Amino acid sequence: MSIDTSKVAKSNATTAATAKKPSRAGGVATWADERLGLAGAMKKNLRKVFPDHWSFMLGEIALWSFVVLLLTGVFLTLWFNPSMSEVQYQGSYDQLRGVYMSEAMVSALDISFDVRGGLLMRQMHHWAAMIFIAAMMIHLMRVYFTGAFRKPRELNWVIGMLLLILGTLEGFTGYSLPDDLLSGTGVRAADGFMKSAPVVGTYLSFFLFGGEFPGDSIIPRLYIVHVLLIPGLLLALIAAHMLLLVYHKHTQWPGPGRTEENVVGYPMLPVYAAKAGGFFFIVFGVTALMGGFMTINPVWKYGPYDPSKVTAGSQPDWYMGWPDGALRIMPGWESEFLGVTLSWNVFLPILVLPILLFVIVLLLPFIEAWITGDKREHHLLQRPRNAPTRTAVMVALMTFYGLMWAAGGNDLIAIKLDLSINQITYFMRAAVFFGPLLAFWITRRWCISLQRHDQEKLLHGYETGIIMRSPEGGYSERHLPLAPARQYTLTARDRDEVYTLESDVDHNGVPAPGTRANRIRARLSAWLNAHNVQKPTREELEAAHHHAEHEAELQAGLDHSADGHQFDGHHAVEGEELRPRH
Amino acid sequence: MTHNDPNLPAVEGDPIADPGLPAHEWRPTDVDERAERRAERQVATFFGLSVVFAILFVVAYFTFEVGEDADTLGGFGASTVALGGTLGLALLLIGIGIIQWARKLMADHEMVEYRHPAASSEEDREATLAALDAGLQESGIGRRPLVRNSLLGAVGALGLPAVVLLRDLGPLPWSDDVVDPENGGGLEHTLWKQGERVVRDVLGTPIRPSDLEIGDLVNAQPAAIFELDENGHHVLEGAPLQVAKSKASVILLRMEPDDITHGRGRENWTVDGIVGYSKICTHVGCPISLNERTTHHLLCPCHQSTFDLADSARVVFGPAARALPQLPLAVDDEGFLIAQSDFTEPVGPSYWERG
Repeated sequence: MSIDTSKVAKSNATTAATAKKPSRAGGVATWADERLGLAGAMKKNLRKVFPDHWSFMLGEIALWSFVVLLLTGVFLTLWFNPSMSEVQYQGSYDQLRGVYMSEAMVSALDISFDVRGGLLMRQMHHWAAMIFIAAMMIHLMRVYFTGAFRKPRELNWVIGMLLLILGTLEGFTGYSLPDDLLSGTGVRAADGFMKSAPVVGTYLSFFLFGGEFPGDSIIPRLYIVHVLLIPGLLLALIAAHMLLLVYHKHTQWPGPGRTEENVVGYPMLPVYAAKAGGFFFIVFGVTALMGGFMTINPVWKYGPYDPSKVTAGSQPDWYMGWPDGALRIMPGWESEFLGVTLSWNVFLPILVLPILLFVIVLLLPFIEAWITGDKREHHLLQRPRNAPTRTAVMVALMTFYGLMWAAGGNDLIAIKLDLSINQITYFMRAAVFFGPLLAFWITRRWCISLQRHDQEKLLHGYETGIIMRSPEGGYSERHLPLAPARQYTLTARDRDEVYTLESDVDHNGVPAPGTRANRIRARLSAWLNAHNVQKPTREELEAAHHHAEHEAELQAGLDHSADGHQFDGHHAVEGEELRPRH
Repeated sequence: MTHNDPNLPAVEGDPIADPGLPAHEWRPTDVDERAERRAERQVATFFGLSVVFAILFVVAYFTFEVGEDADTLGGFGASTVALGGTLGLALLLIGIGIIQWARKLMADHEMVEYRHPAASSEEDREATLAALDAGLQESGIGRRPLVRNSLLGAVGALGLPAVVLLRDLGPLPWSDDVVDPENGGGLEHTLWKQGERVVRDVLGTPIRPSDLEIGDLVNAQPAAIFELDENGHHVLEGAPLQVAKSKASVILLRMEPDDITHGRGRENWTVDGIVGYSKICTHVGCPISLNERTTHHLLCPCHQSTFDLADSARVVFGPAARALPQLPLAVDDEGFLIAQSDFTEPVGPSYWERG
């Protein structure tokens, strides 16, 4: 598609670029192409089109905060010393001078107090980690709510889930490194988690810690996992994530001219490169401001780790909060049999539950694809309301997550709101089961009524806010039809099909293979889509519009206002016009 | 193709036809030269200000001390605030400038690109499958199960060296390297032994029962934690010290002797109403320290398990499953608190082999 650049700002030159006289950039590109032969791949990709929407920026926040993590992380490694050898602190921070602590803690304090910009980088690193995981989770919700995970993007969903779990582990290994009292308490709990694993737990703990907890191996081991192993995996997976994004081309919202077959938006060069590049500086800048103005993880206030000490209100970083909440509200169940112990109270909430939830979310796209039997590619996004059951499933999962997360702060809630911690805990034990069900039901009904509202607007027009009084004294609001573009956007979606089982038996009367699975599929399909409001057919829409036109005529005002004397009984009404004649 | 015909809906039965892309509208900066130059100046101003803040960053770097003044400016440290503020603004202004440039001055024509199915073309796929097939045929991997299976076995067996190599990550929990009843080694032993003095955990001073008022809670350790060698150096330091503390830490609480419900066989484990319990939570191992004086309840700050110290430290609330192990207390000839023995059960979180 050629572009009319006749009026584009002069800074962009008045004519489209031509290849006659290569620019300086062109010269460099030619030099590179003679060695790398990239022109074939670049000719499409340099001007690759990306659609525009604010929600497409969420994943970008995750990407850029990861870059900030790499940059600030490299800075920190220049001073951080991942050693558990005990030394006496002699640095600038008065209140800990003379205290024995690990070299890891000493170097964390040195970075904070004796390296200029060190505390800024530490805090930026920590804030960026929080933003990284938060952005990944919000991006995940965006992708799910809009149906962007559907074919052909299921594998990118899987990669995204791996990124999320690796990012979480990366965060945990990172905040455990300074060997301060809070992080040590977290590692102590992690030791308890491992020991709860059946059969292998004790061995896991001894192998990871190099002997009995805490030993002197855990910090160096977590360090190499944190700075090499997981970042390497994250980088590779992010690269795959981006390559697939480019290959599939980005999804877009339906609208006039935006179909399943095309992608409408701005070219990578220059607009998207500029917007995305500019956005990197904004994420970086916001992180720098947060690192400068907002204290995070003040390890000097906690002091060095000591297994006999703890601070009240010990909390992990926010993304570890929800399994911690599960751990808090779990009843104290433990079984002893055949001479061994199984700690359900630790094993279930902290080892089984997170893995279970991860697997469930990982499988969501595949479950939906199996239920719908849909094999088509989908590049148009769906509004959350137009997939009520799907939306409700995610809201139920979010509610579960949120309640667990709140349970992880039950001590803070108790203190701030002056409530009984016991009652909060008992409430949460029930709420994590009933809350998601309630959320599911409310969300699904909410979505369906939003669908009905859309249908109303399509069929009967939008509410103008103009109240009409009819000659008979009745009041009604005047409705006007939506603009055609808006009508098109509202109807640019598929009709949902409910899968029904034709027959239990094949044409020979023999029970068909896979009937049971298909029966389940039919029921799930009804559960998924049977309640949805489908867009009107062309005939329905035309009939409704015809009706609306008639209504509009009835509601149309007189060309002169009625003075009201027609009905006061002082003269005959014959010949008086109440409505304009048709 | 019907979807290119503007008069018909894209799909059969669709109520509205695709009106097509809306017409492009020129921005003020496209048509008004003054607006264009203004936008240009704005962008350049953002970039220029960014330079200013980058220079201010350098100034701040060399002006403000770190360390001693870490508590100025509301506890943030002047250096950190100044560096973060200037760096943040320098970066933000570049970002804002670039985005302003993109929005106001770069072409804002929406372009259309056509999608292609993610799958390869039929020919490509068939050619690839044929190549794959030919390759597999020629290798004979299907026809020679002996070769195939022995190779699978060989590669699988390589997993053994890979796993075994990790063996020396740590000692086995039940090996002689770890288990050492004399010196409190292993999961089932601590530094406590018969006659071991109970000392305050920071100072290392021994405790007389009369030092404690009713309701006093004392954090304590075995005296061996503070033991010095002939040169006056601590015997235990570094990792061994941390391991010892992670198991031997106890809390003492003095209460009215009548309030105590003794566990069976534990009638003489207290001294004048002083009870001693492991400080390490039986849930996941946090040290417990929040004492509710009136109820003798001890709350773990990590996951809120609550133990009743007047009743063998049984669990009264929360996720812990086991009572805190009790340390049998006595008094030595000089009137100081001592332990009668080690704990009679493992301290800290449960584990598979605990039984």
